[in-house]
Amino acid sequence: MTNEGPATVEAATVVKPQDARLQMFAEFWHYFSINKGAVIGLFVFALLILVAIFAPLLAPHSPDDQFRDFFLTPPAWQEGGNAQFLLGTDAVGRDMLSRLIYGSRFSLAIGFVVVTTALVSGVILGLLAGYCRGWVDTLIMRIMDIILAFPSLLLALVLVAVLGPGLVNAMIAIAFVLQPHFARLTRAAVMAEKNREYVVSAKVAGASHLRLMLVTILPNCIAPLIVQATLSFSNAILEAAALGFLGMGAQPPTPEWGTMLAEAREFILRAWWVVTFPGLAILITVFAINLIGDGLRDALDPKLKRS
Amino acid sequence: MSLLEIKNLTVSFDTAAGPFMAVQGIDLSIEPREVLAIVGESGSGKSVSMLAVMGLLPNTATVKADRMAFDGVDLLKLSPSERRKIVGKDISMIFQEPIASLNPCFTVGFQIEEVLRFHMGMDRAQRRARAIELMKLVGIADPEDRLSSFPHQMSGGQCQRVMIAIAIACNPKLLIADEPTTALDVTIQKQILDLLVSLQAKYGMGLIMITHNMGVVAETADRVIVQYKGRKMEEADVLSLFESPKSNYTRALLSALPENAVGDRLPTVSDMLFEPAPSAGNKAGAGASA
Amino acid sequence: MSTTVLEGKNIVRDYHIGGGLFTGPRTVHAVKGVSFKVDKGKTLAIVGESGCGKSTLARIITLIDPATSGDLFIDGNKVDIARGGLAREMRRKVQIVFQNPYGSLNPRQKIGDVLGEPLLINTDKPAAERRDLAMKMLKKVGLGHEHYNRYPHMFSGGQRQRIAIARALMLNPSLLVLDEPVSALDLSVQAQVLNLLADLQDEFQLTYVFISHDLSVVRYIADDVMVMYFGEAVEYGSRDEVFSDPKHSYTRTLFAATPRADVASIKARLAKKKAA
Repeated sequence: MTNEGPATVEAATVVKPQDARLQMFAEFWHYFSINKGAVIGLFVFALLILVAIFAPLLAPHSPDDQFRDFFLTPPAWQEGGNAQFLLGTDAVGRDMLSRLIYGSRFSLAIGFVVVTTALVSGVILGLLAGYCRGWVDTLIMRIMDIILAFPSLLLALVLVAVLGPGLVNAMIAIAFVLQPHFARLTRAAVMAEKNREYVVSAKVAGASHLRLMLVTILPNCIAPLIVQATLSFSNAILEAAALGFLGMGAQPPTPEWGTMLAEAREFILRAWWVVTFPGLAILITVFAINLIGDGLRDALDPKLKRS
Repeated sequence: MSLLEIKNLTVSFDTAAGPFMAVQGIDLSIEPREVLAIVGESGSGKSVSMLAVMGLLPNTATVKADRMAFDGVDLLKLSPSERRKIVGKDISMIFQEPIASLNPCFTVGFQIEEVLRFHMGMDRAQRRARAIELMKLVGIADPEDRLSSFPHQMSGGQCQRVMIAIAIACNPKLLIADEPTTALDVTIQKQILDLLVSLQAKYGMGLIMITHNMGVVAETADRVIVQYKGRKMEEADVLSLFESPKSNYTRALLSALPENAVGDRLPTVSDMLFEPAPSAGNKAGAGASA
Repeated sequence: MSTTVLEGKNIVRDYHIGGGLFTGPRTVHAVKGVSFKVDKGKTLAIVGESGCGKSTLARIITLIDPATSGDLFIDGNKVDIARGGLAREMRRKVQIVFQNPYGSLNPRQKIGDVLGEPLLINTDKPAAERRDLAMKMLKKVGLGHEHYNRYPHMFSGGQRQRIAIARALMLNPSLLVLDEPVSALDLSVQAQVLNLLADLQDEFQLTYVFISHDLSVVRYIADDVMVMYFGEAVEYGSRDEVFSDPKHSYTRTLFAATPRADVASIKARLAKKKAA
């Protein structure tokens, strides 16, 4: 009797709840898989996670082993290369491939930790601002505006300078810089949902403010947050690499990709492989995650849904 | 010759759960100077079939028809650009949400004149004169001043009048009104319906009213098509439809009107629930067009 | 003797619109001193066009927004949420059903949780009992046990409106505010929901405040009718009084504008058309 597709109408008559979830996922996958790039991105990202998990099994050498006889060996297929070091070695004779493989662990960890921190704090602040409005809103959002007014890398640099260089401090700084995006997004979504009738209904049923915020409103704001989280993931990896490159992030000999780039700076002209491969690794990872983000946006944004 | 003739129109949409048939084999024709009402509940495909005629469906839709001719011209054989010349000029359409149908960034005068420039190729002075004339025609007071108003400065009823002005700007032969009064108050609805019917009579247009409201049908239509789940249930002239409805569905629909309540409960469609057989629609259609 | 469930005396609601950079603050009078009284088991219909203040009044009666001035009595007790807040006992006495069945259910909440939530918040009934009560209520509004674990998007508009009604009834309210409950529904579904409302009223002796712009629906369901126009009650009386002998010119305009779907008026129209 309403203008829904036949799928939902039939679902109401035959489908069990477990199947219903499955069906929701199937629908999500349908829209996600329309975007070919997103599927490729997801594939690459999954591969990356596997590499990170099984790094000790995949890497031919330990990332910190220095082979004194093989400083700056070119990749195996080049003249002077050695089959033992597929992508060559760096200035102190460490195997590039092994370092890149171990480096994926750091990049993924940075992404997860930074996004989780930024997401949680941003969502809490945005929820408070959007729900309470008034002076709470003004206070929180002005602070967010101030954070956004700085160039993000510069602010992260300042923070790391204050906290002291190191991977953990770099992650804190990056999370702090990324967090306003989540706060603003949450606030906008909360403000849109807050006046919907189901929220008023819950209020009439006697729900407390905390319950309204967390149980009623928040689950309906998740879709844009997932997209933002994905895009922030790649952002975090990039900024961590940048901080590492500037010597303010992970410290040598950590095989973090940005730090590897920094160490190789002086050999750029002599040994192209020491800069190219870490750079490529960052590029491919960030690109794959951004592709996934685009696909998620297509699949989760109801405005773009056809049918 | 019929103004618009459609034979065996089928529209399906691609969805995550496979193709969804929105319209299944509808025959339809409208004569010049006729008011045809297409009635149905949501999901009956009443708007979709008209959007298919206008070529306004999204590209997930597949439109098939044995024949779709407007004023003797086969719309299916036209190129998109040729079709655009007909759509908007000889066939025009107004929609349910008048305020959303107007572009909030431009004055109503600009939006009326834009149509005149595109389809009629008038110069500036002609366009302005015609726009004022149109505003008068649809009953907007102070047309000279109102031309420079923005849509948000007008009420819903006034916006719908502007939409009608845009729709009739090029003297269309056929006007399609898709739930033109559903978003409006009852008193405004009456004014808009009266306006549409009087313009239709004055200019001898064909008028297709898409609606779910039996009252609107009774007040405007000459002939009525009743649709249900993409199929035609019944086609009849307005008086015989209300006097002696032939299909069970129409009968159920009419008895569900609160004003027809007998006793203290309303009869509902599910009381007379039936599964529409594919042949039922075709039979009703064939009977009426013969 | 019948008891009065709801009484409003001189209810006023003003909105203050804060001044912008170049404009001063303004006051909009949404409801201008409206009085009414509903007895147990009866239905008061509030009729009016958009912007007449009927939805504002509904929110005041449902204790969502406070009135600017005036007295509101529910079951004989004076209620003022602006002062003194709202006792839990009062909260559960008035419930509301909204117009849009697509907006009034939380899309991420299963139907069972939608119905159980009012009990979870307001009572300390154990989960099993809440579940039983929700199941019973589902049956009462014409749905089945199998619907308990489903999400709102799997239901049609009419079914959702049944769920919204079921949720409103979970706390055994004495007053139900129905804000255009059938105007977003198809004709055939509208009839079913109206019948359901009538059945429930008989069974639980419910009192309804029925907000609508559709006179034919009002005529079918109401005992008393109040017509609102620009925040004022221009007509207030029993259904038969108002429909047979409308006093105010606006009421008469409203009646004249309502489309008629009877054979006689179609004949009259066609005859007029032929003559023209």
